[in-house]
Amino acid sequence: MSALLEARGIGLKGRLPALDLTLEAPQLVCLVGPNGSGKTSLLHSLSGIGSPSGVVRIDGHALSAASPAQRRRLLSYLPAAREAAWPLTALDLVRLGLPSSAGKAEAEAALEQLDLLTFADRRADRLSTGERSRVLIARALAARPRLLLLDEPIANLDPLWQLKLMDLLAGLARDGQAVLLALHDLDLAARYAERLIVMSGGKVAADGAPGQVMDSDAIRSVFGIEKGEAGWRPA
Amino acid sequence: MSGRSYFAVALLIAVAFAASLLTPWSGLAELWATDRPLGIAVLQELRLPRALLALTYGAMLGAAGAAIQALFANPLASPDLTGTTSGAALGAVVTAYLLGFSSPIALSLGAVAGAFGALLLLLALAGRRAETATLLLSGLAISALAGALTTLALALAPSPFAFYDAYDWLMGSLVDRSLAQAAFAGLPALATTLLLLRLRAPLDSLTLGEDVAQSFGYDVRRLRLEIVALTAVGVGACVAICGAIGFIGLVAPIFARLFTRGHPGRAMLPAAMLGGALLLAADLAVRTLPLGRTLPIGVVTALLGAPCFLWLVAHMRWSLNR
Repeated sequence: MSALLEARGIGLKGRLPALDLTLEAPQLVCLVGPNGSGKTSLLHSLSGIGSPSGVVRIDGHALSAASPAQRRRLLSYLPAAREAAWPLTALDLVRLGLPSSAGKAEAEAALEQLDLLTFADRRADRLSTGERSRVLIARALAARPRLLLLDEPIANLDPLWQLKLMDLLAGLARDGQAVLLALHDLDLAARYAERLIVMSGGKVAADGAPGQVMDSDAIRSVFGIEKGEAGWRPA
Repeated sequence: MSGRSYFAVALLIAVAFAASLLTPWSGLAELWATDRPLGIAVLQELRLPRALLALTYGAMLGAAGAAIQALFANPLASPDLTGTTSGAALGAVVTAYLLGFSSPIALSLGAVAGAFGALLLLLALAGRRAETATLLLSGLAISALAGALTTLALALAPSPFAFYDAYDWLMGSLVDRSLAQAAFAGLPALATTLLLLRLRAPLDSLTLGEDVAQSFGYDVRRLRLEIVALTAVGVGACVAICGAIGFIGLVAPIFARLFTRGHPGRAMLPAAMLGGALLLAADLAVRTLPLGRTLPIGVVTALLGAPCFLWLVAHMRWSLNR
């Protein structure tokens, strides 16, 4: 049986040297690393953004051979920038994430997951930054793809919604979707991730169970911080 | 856009097209009664090319305007404001007056090259996702440069009548074009419009940003090149035959997006329909205004379009200050 995600030799010229990544089964994977360590480049390479090298297979399907409608069911990418170029309603923005054959019900279900159904007909540009972020997250979730690639999904969200979203993503992973997200909050990453990947200088510095990775020297050497009694502090 | 709205706009176009063929009615009715073959000839040789040119040129401007606005993620982008039309006019003037090739095909090729050059320069100056100020300033600079070079080319032209000769055409005119000329401009305009309409899904997905559109599997670099090339061909072919006509490419997409709940890509079809209807209406206005002379159609579209443009700028400023 093929792995859920099998990426071979993926990379971006001048930004990310070629690397391999495999996800055998659906799980929540957190990608941590300092600014410029290659987290976004890795997400881009997996999503096919910026002419990446290598081959990405999801459930055995080569991503490069999939049509735009098929790709929406295979993977979804949420960029760190939470802007929409045109003043569409929340519902219409979410529907852009669905294959054209999909209906309104799927979009409404995604909005409901993010507690946004009452905003469905409101223009997204007139919502608060946090509400707009949730609309765009709903867009990323709407097609229920096999693999979710999320760049800093909790940015702009208040503390309650940060936790609600992490719970939601953990639930999606339990229900069969793979979730790979870049995160700066190491505590949240350690709490929710089933697998933690530490990036440094475009390479994987550590990869494993959160307890194992957090206890290793990787965090100290990569981030230059260590855990003290009052929380994280410069090492 | 609902089926009823499409039907209403299609009906509007049909009425405007019929009015374009039959206006002014009095002369035609008289000819029809006294010399029917001559009446048919007037319809076929004079009025039909004019109506077809208005419809296809307007439709192309609407679709190309919507495509450029979607591509630059900016409602102020349009063929004329980005300098594409001025580039096409420069290309045609250089071909006709400096190089001495005045056949429709040579003029079209020159205009297409000029439009293509202007759009590539705009992409280089304003960037892919252009801020309004950068886009307008770049468009203004390209238009000014192309305008100055057009004047220079006319001043250096061997013919002493070059200025007078070119003035009427440069301001936009659909008058006295033959069916062959209508085909030269209308067929590329129609083909451009149809080819642009294929791109509505990727253009809609650009609403979520280039990265997301790429993650959907759309080749954004190719999309950009396709829109630049198609717009250059459409605008170039039409400018070569009918001169520069402004503001349709700006105004039609703005109204079209009202029918598509703001979707920029799927606004291309209603923008094409509205563009055709607007240019037919402008041409009717040119013919029926009691001024005792024929106004260049570009003047009429500018007089109608400029207030829309000013309103849009004021509205954007108001939105930013809220």
